[in-house]
Amino acid sequence: MSVTEMFSYIQGFLSADQDVREDIRKVVQTLEQTAREILTVLQSVHQPSGFKEIPGKCAKARELFCTVRTQLADLKTKFPVEQYYRFHEHWRFVLQRLAFLAAFVVYLESEALVTREEVAQILGIEVVREKGFHLDVEDYLAGVLIMASELSRLAVNSVTAGDYTRPLRISNFINDLDSGFRLLNLKNDPLRKRYDGLKYDVKKIEEVVYDLSIRGLAKEAESAVEK
Amino acid sequence: MSKREGEGPRRNADAVQGRDVSANPSSPVIAAFKVFQQELDTKHDKYERLVKISRDVTIESKRTIFLLHRVTSVPDPEEILNDAEVKLDGVRQKIGNIAEELRGEDIHQFHRAFTPGIQEYVEAVSFLHYIRQRSLISLEEINARLVFMRPEKGSAEAPPTGAQVLTFQVTPSDYLLGVADLTGELMRMCISSVGNGDIDTPFQLSQFLRQIHDGFSYIGNTGPYEVSKKLHTLRQSLGKVEDACYALRVRGSEIPKHMLADVFSSRGALIDPEEGVV
Repeated sequence: MSVTEMFSYIQGFLSADQDVREDIRKVVQTLEQTAREILTVLQSVHQPSGFKEIPGKCAKARELFCTVRTQLADLKTKFPVEQYYRFHEHWRFVLQRLAFLAAFVVYLESEALVTREEVAQILGIEVVREKGFHLDVEDYLAGVLIMASELSRLAVNSVTAGDYTRPLRISNFINDLDSGFRLLNLKNDPLRKRYDGLKYDVKKIEEVVYDLSIRGLAKEAESAVEK
Repeated sequence: MSKREGEGPRRNADAVQGRDVSANPSSPVIAAFKVFQQELDTKHDKYERLVKISRDVTIESKRTIFLLHRVTSVPDPEEILNDAEVKLDGVRQKIGNIAEELRGEDIHQFHRAFTPGIQEYVEAVSFLHYIRQRSLISLEEINARLVFMRPEKGSAEAPPTGAQVLTFQVTPSDYLLGVADLTGELMRMCISSVGNGDIDTPFQLSQFLRQIHDGFSYIGNTGPYEVSKKLHTLRQSLGKVEDACYALRVRGSEIPKHMLADVFSSRGALIDPEEGVV
């Protein structure tokens, strides 16, 4: 094989590769659009009026997740299954956002940490790599960390809206999450960087709880906690 | 949820004083994170093992390249070439270990761990191939030699196709980057062969390098972004080789052969006094 032939073979490979990336990028754009819509729906829980409508907002978000599922199904068709990690960086960001949104919805509904299986189910994807398009564990964890900072915001706003018990529940939840993350041996990677931000969320929520308790505003909540 | 609330204060205390183990093991969150911990650790360990193998592959390939550079100055090149072949066989064994680690994995997930080693291997193997055949080794030829027969230990979860045969596929981009590195070696070979009074090799090399350069220009920026960086170095190497050929053509007829080396090396020093490191 001559040098020229070899290079044109490689060139053919590279442009095929670029086409695939182009296709993926298009689908990912629509996914990002839907993710933003869901975020907008959920953002309104920070408004005082939004607190009473949390179940309604969640239902609406769940509806939008249907669109996400079809879009992800579309994404799956754009590249060979076994090359997931080759193109991973194209959808890593949006998948983390979606994991966050799913976790947030589940938290608002049941105040529990979403499992990786649930997220995968909400997004209509797999958990284990062997079965196809899956949710990487690091992306799931990143999504959970985004939720933690969202919850610290929610704690502040729930006080403003007059809901004094919620911060205490959030505090317990975040502490739980924090001890969970301490179990992990993270490398010096993006996930680690994001995890380093968790302590500020914890601190923020603790401050809110402190403010409430010195003013006796959390009385009824405290009695619930102390049983 | 109410159960978890009831445990709240104690959990807080745990989070403050206790690192890993003290966290309440019964909590579903902790249980889930234990699973994640395992999964992440397994992945990181594998990654580290691959990095280690890749380093070994790099070192051995570099040594092979150094060995091959001696070809121009010894009476019996065949011996060196055979030595190099043996060394590369050792490298291939190591790549076999990489393939072993990657069995059943997505090769792209760990690609970053071993790409430097593979590029260096491509460089070494294509250098040897060039010295022997005076042509560019193709990607298929490289991949064809990266097939490993492994004695199976209990083939429990081995894929149905080929429990014994493992293959390693060099990706086109790794191949491309390895070939780009090869040009640097060719340039060095050209200079040293002039030093030995070899008149033909520089001309062959300059032609070959020009072909590769044209190939890279053809690919341009469709390739990975490292390619454009290497293209710059490639231009420099090509420039040096072309200058060498020019010097040989112009001065070669005037100067007695045994003095050519001196002429050229002083000229080489003039062109780039500080670029021996490339």
